[in-house]
Amino acid sequence: MKTRYTFGGDEHVYIEMDEEMSLDAFFKSLSMSNAVRDANIPGVTEICPANASFQVKFDPDATHPDEMLKRIQELENKAENAEKRLSTRIIEIPVFYQDPQTRDCVMRFRERHQDPSGTDLDYAARINGYDSVDAFIEAHHSQPWFVSMVGFVAGLPFLYQLVEREKQLQVPKYLRPRTDTPKLTVGYGGCFSCIYSVRGAGGYQMFGITPMPIYDPKQEVGYLKDFMVFFKPGDIVKWKPIDQTEYDRITAAVEADTYKPRIAEVEFDLEEFNADMAGTSAKLMEALNGA
Amino acid sequence: MALKINKPGLSTSVQDLGRPGYFHLGIPIGGAMDRFAMRVANILVGNPEDAAGLEAVFMGPEIEFAKDCVVAVTGAEMPMTLDGEAKEGWSSFSVKAGQKLGFGFLKSGARIYIAVSGGIATEPDLGSRSTYPIGALGGIEGRTITEGDIIPVGNGDPSSAGQTVASRLRRGPGKPAALRVLPGLYWNRLTEAAQNGFFEDIWTVAPEADRMGYRFKGGRALEFVEREQPFGAGADPSNIVDGCYSYGSIQVPGGTEPIVLHRDAVSGGGYFTLGAIISADMDLIGQLQPNTSVKFVKVDMEQALNARNERRAMLRQIREELA
Repeated sequence: MKTRYTFGGDEHVYIEMDEEMSLDAFFKSLSMSNAVRDANIPGVTEICPANASFQVKFDPDATHPDEMLKRIQELENKAENAEKRLSTRIIEIPVFYQDPQTRDCVMRFRERHQDPSGTDLDYAARINGYDSVDAFIEAHHSQPWFVSMVGFVAGLPFLYQLVEREKQLQVPKYLRPRTDTPKLTVGYGGCFSCIYSVRGAGGYQMFGITPMPIYDPKQEVGYLKDFMVFFKPGDIVKWKPIDQTEYDRITAAVEADTYKPRIAEVEFDLEEFNADMAGTSAKLMEALNGA
Repeated sequence: MALKINKPGLSTSVQDLGRPGYFHLGIPIGGAMDRFAMRVANILVGNPEDAAGLEAVFMGPEIEFAKDCVVAVTGAEMPMTLDGEAKEGWSSFSVKAGQKLGFGFLKSGARIYIAVSGGIATEPDLGSRSTYPIGALGGIEGRTITEGDIIPVGNGDPSSAGQTVASRLRRGPGKPAALRVLPGLYWNRLTEAAQNGFFEDIWTVAPEADRMGYRFKGGRALEFVEREQPFGAGADPSNIVDGCYSYGSIQVPGGTEPIVLHRDAVSGGGYFTLGAIISADMDLIGQLQPNTSVKFVKVDMEQALNARNERRAMLRQIREELA
């Protein structure tokens, strides 16, 4: 990993931990952004951790940009030696793969896609070497995922698959971004999955939809009463495939405000995970199944 | 006290100076695109500069006032009338209960800012009244205004009418508009020829230009330094591992049409950015119409900070002259 510091105009410092994605880069970016928060540098207004980078927005009238960059740089050693361990939670997210809603949208934007002859899932399965869409879908939901960034639009999680790199799915984004994506679409771009928290533009491939709201500005959904955004970096997700009947049942339960996501508290230790990925994932899923 | 919206205009929204602090969750700062014009409109009517007003793009609303107040309109040049009587922009004037403010065709610029003494008093979300429609926050039910909306206004100071900002202190883009850019972020992804070409070419504002971002076209396609794409970035040379975006940052998907992210920016994504518009020039983008010619001008950090100071000095002078 080679850290790179650069300015985004006169109000942002951008710190890239690594050009490529890895959990090591994510943990370092999270530790460093925490260290910047704790340092209380005058003028800092926003600290945004991302997958393998983070950004600090600041008022250059309060601290000169060169000084700001230097102060952040000084925190790198401290972050490197921080414990790569998180007290977090694993959440089961129901997904209706190949649902009619996202399928409609997939067909509407065919001309912006690499392969207009099939669906996004046909394409993703083929380029990842799977014999069938079903086998690809199974690879998508069989192991847990790690929320490595929240953003793009309000409350949208980016998720990174907790498997060996050679097993990770990779799919390019649309050739040209769509102008529309249904709310709660489960998407895929690069090595990341995502959930579109709101309806809007998007460039990720569309695989399915979840009935579980993850952003509620009115805070009427029971589990979003404390805060309107559900996800935070470090959350762990297990997709659960569902059919139309189950999708309708959960949608009705959400409307009646009786739906409670399945969640278990867990510890995630990066070194432990790197030493035994299958074992760590099995332990995470055990915790979820016990919830 | 309230405003009644008889005609909403094209896309009119309640805006203040934004809601910092939630970009890490994908909720942008938002607020007036042309903050200079918003601040000045508030100064003219005796409001705190961060009071909420209305931002209208390309077309003005028709507003009926329910109580006496003071009004000022800044930003784009758009003729206006109060009950048929012409009124000047960048000036404050008294309005009596029952009077109607209407607008004619846009002459130059893109967005007007309407401040009312007392400020718009809709319910704030996450500390701001700014409308962010994608996230359904602020404004009226998180949306732009529509016909028949009743917009609450606070109690203001009626003594501020009759003031005017000198024309040398009104700020807008020149022709062609010059937008100053500090190269950075993923600047090194571009070949030297592409780096030079970006600043040599004349670009025009594309129709896709809104509060999230402004798209530009007409310049040469940018070429990238060859590399093996890093794991997780995606195959296109313009892709990166999704990172956080800076306000004002310039992404160029596929190397063809630059997009400058503005106040309602998406907070991150997987396209490389070549640098960012300096903070002093962000306001100017808010006044660009589609098809406007634009030149990007390369500056260094010292020039960016000087420009920032000049903009601040102009505001200070306006405060002093109107005090």
